[in-house]
Amino acid sequence: MLTMTGICALVAVSVLFFILGYFVYNGGVSINWDFFTKLPVPVGETGGGMANAIVGSAKLLLLASLIGVPVGFFGGIYLAEFSGNKVAFVVRYAADLLNGVPSIVIGIFAFALVVHPFKRFSTIAGAFALGLMMIPITLRNTEEFLHGVPRALREGSMALGAGKWTTIMRVVVPAAYRGIMTAILLALARVAGETAPLLFTALGNQYWSPGWNQPTASLPVVIYNYALSPYEDWHRQAWAAGLVLLGLILMVNIVARVILSRGIAVPRS
Amino acid sequence: MKRIAGMLVVVLALGGMVWAQSALLINGAGATFPAPIYSKWFDQYHKANGSQFNYQSVGSGAGIKQVTEGTVDFGASDGPMNDDQIKAYRTKNGAGILHFPTVLGAVVPTYNIPGVSGALNFTPEALSGIFLGRISKWNDPAIAGANKGVNLPGNDIVVIHRSDGSGTTYIWTDYLSKVNSDWKDKVGKGASVNWPVGLGGKGNEGVTGLIKQTPNAIGYVELIYAAQNKVPYGVVKNASGAFVKADLASVTEAAAAAVKTMPEDFRVSITNAPGKTAYPISSFTWLLIPEKFKDTAKRDAIKGFVKWAITDGQGDVEGLSYAKLPKEIVEKELKAINKIQ
Amino acid sequence: MATSSINVPSAGPVAGWRSFLSKLRSGDEIARLITFLFAASVVLITLLLIYELWIDSALPRHKFGLSFFFTRIWDPIAENFGALPFIYGTLVTAGVALALAVPLGIGAAIFLAELAPQKLSDPLQFFIDLLAAVPSVIYGLLGVFIVIPMMRQWIQPALKSSLGFLPLFQGPAYGVGFFTAGIVLAIMVIPYIISVSREVLLSVPRDQREAALALGSTRWESTWKIVVPFARTGIMGSIFLAMARALGETVAVSMVIGNTPTISSSLLSPGYSIAAVIANEFAEATGDMHTAALIELGLVLFLLTFILNGLARLLMLLTTQRGSGTAQA
Repeated sequence: MLTMTGICALVAVSVLFFILGYFVYNGGVSINWDFFTKLPVPVGETGGGMANAIVGSAKLLLLASLIGVPVGFFGGIYLAEFSGNKVAFVVRYAADLLNGVPSIVIGIFAFALVVHPFKRFSTIAGAFALGLMMIPITLRNTEEFLHGVPRALREGSMALGAGKWTTIMRVVVPAAYRGIMTAILLALARVAGETAPLLFTALGNQYWSPGWNQPTASLPVVIYNYALSPYEDWHRQAWAAGLVLLGLILMVNIVARVILSRGIAVPRS
Repeated sequence: MKRIAGMLVVVLALGGMVWAQSALLINGAGATFPAPIYSKWFDQYHKANGSQFNYQSVGSGAGIKQVTEGTVDFGASDGPMNDDQIKAYRTKNGAGILHFPTVLGAVVPTYNIPGVSGALNFTPEALSGIFLGRISKWNDPAIAGANKGVNLPGNDIVVIHRSDGSGTTYIWTDYLSKVNSDWKDKVGKGASVNWPVGLGGKGNEGVTGLIKQTPNAIGYVELIYAAQNKVPYGVVKNASGAFVKADLASVTEAAAAAVKTMPEDFRVSITNAPGKTAYPISSFTWLLIPEKFKDTAKRDAIKGFVKWAITDGQGDVEGLSYAKLPKEIVEKELKAINKIQ
Repeated sequence: MATSSINVPSAGPVAGWRSFLSKLRSGDEIARLITFLFAASVVLITLLLIYELWIDSALPRHKFGLSFFFTRIWDPIAENFGALPFIYGTLVTAGVALALAVPLGIGAAIFLAELAPQKLSDPLQFFIDLLAAVPSVIYGLLGVFIVIPMMRQWIQPALKSSLGFLPLFQGPAYGVGFFTAGIVLAIMVIPYIISVSREVLLSVPRDQREAALALGSTRWESTWKIVVPFARTGIMGSIFLAMARALGETVAVSMVIGNTPTISSSLLSPGYSIAAVIANEFAEATGDMHTAALIELGLVLFLLTFILNGLARLLMLLTTQRGSGTAQA
């Protein structure tokens, strides 16, 4: 029985290494300077790169954080420091609900709210969808890490005459800083790979996307489109892009978890 | 507090960087049928002129919808908008929408049959039977009868069609409706139909990809997709009874009859055209351009592009296996461009 | 619960207003208000989402009513829409995924929680957590280029020749289909089952195990007969969680399922799922009815995941109560 369950665990873990290995093998050969700096070439021709998709994804994540992080951070502060139990329950429930919404439905919502009224596909529409997905993660984690800060710190600060807000911003939050930062990183890593919500919000773009109000290319969507195409060159580029995306997400996850495990004793997320 | 302020400054600075305005960006979406030539045209036009045309090849259905909703500046489709769709556009936008044919193309039956690398002969009965699900094996007499000497295996046929709203589907089903009354009754013509059998692929690209990877598959794609990806495609029996291969001459011949009878709005079907050497599954493909533009810069850029595409741009089309527009039609279009305001 | 600023003893509305103003002047009340607004926005946005889904699906709800769930036809031209093929595909692929992932996942969780030494268990769990972070489109890529050819060339023919008498494994070997999608989904949900089950198993109080061992059972017996049944509600919860994840999965599934609205008893048949059809058709749904029908499908999916997640949380709650209750006993 030990061996059987051990094999189960081994199979599960080896899948990860298999995936990584396959991507390194297939995608590694196509990673070159062109890939990072050039724009895509016309359909059917070979060459070109994914510079606009990489920058597009970065922009989407930046804008998504502007939406997702403040709501999650300040909302979490409210839950941990100010609220009563009933309100906290309702907010937590809503956040969990939002977390469980399938990403394609979030895409529909973002389309109805941002694309349709303003009559254009845009980076901000895609960022809105991604930001919504970040909110529950940042909210719950901020609340948990703030809860984990010992009462003594708060009481000590207030005993010294600091007001509540000062206590929160100067004492409690810095104490929970590590946990909150890693939560934000994990939230970013989670939405960085999302494709479905971007399909009809950010759409796609052959060129650079100026500003935040135009459609934009993004790594996951480009991988999706290239994988489904018949062109060998596009397949090659899809592997490379997949390697970049996978590598970045895994790296962020590893860094975040290592930081978490070394931090002050805080509850697991 | 300082930390937050610092972070805010960094964020704003980065935001400013990405804010940088560049050349005029025009967004379009639609048919995958002409995507290779559009993609090449937009690239060349950008190099010559500077304006950027971002064309998303998402299928004719999406092109029609998005241009009607106003979420893109122009659309593209190989199935012309029907009267209801044109009315819907007018209701939503207060003005009309114009069709501009850009190239002529062909839809070919492509397949992946183990052991068969040449061009098979397909009769209209065979094609409709296969796609209706009535002919299920490759060595069925309906197919074998026209292909004496070819060793067709007894394998099950895997039918592949489009999963998205497609002008290519429109052309294919338009043809099948004309040659088979059963098809017309049971399935009909349209960009998205209720397929009796088959797997769905996304875009001409997806269908070609699926065919390449699936043995015993048959599907329908625009000629250039089969040619570029070296997938064998068949010849089809036309209305005059001859088996015709899709190429520049046979597609141009299919359009010849339409030249004289071309309606004002350029919406015409040339499938199953008369003519001894006409390829029966040919079609125009159209750019869908709104009649009225709020943004004059975009309007002028689009007008300039259309003018270029139907004149100078035609020099590129044959290299990608599309046929040039007949001269008479180009002249009519140049006049029609002035309708765009 | 921390206290707010000093309360001014009040007498009557004027004094109440004055005290409010004085609280307002202190930064704390503003801070409380602002953070409250952020927290409230989460609730508002969630409500707005549900509202939008409800309102935008009004057309087909009024036209088709409940028959929407039982109609097999999906015909955009005739504007006749039925959700059955998509609900079927979503449930079948999730079912296949769970059938594959649950035994493997629980087995692995038992190993990690009970049988493996800590030094092995923690790093392995770390890798499992990383597996959970792999995005969907990566699985999609692997599905298209590895799983589909494998299915078509080896696995599906093998299933057909050995188990082909069952209606489950009949029909041509396309490579794509319900089974393929189920396999890809199984890989995606295994980490969730492992992580949650492992935590639940770890939280089973020590005295349960020790009592069993004291009575002479082997390690395995105490695990399988005492600990696992004790944790079974939590493990059920993890299964519901995994199912909810599998239901909502869009991109990986749409790349391997075949995109054909079919209901078939064969697992080798191509099919369609709710999320996949929305992804493929939403951008091009001409006609308000078509778009609204897709949104109604989105509403259905939302409700399914909502119920499953709710059940999962309930079961988790029951597990923790049980654990703490027994520990005190």
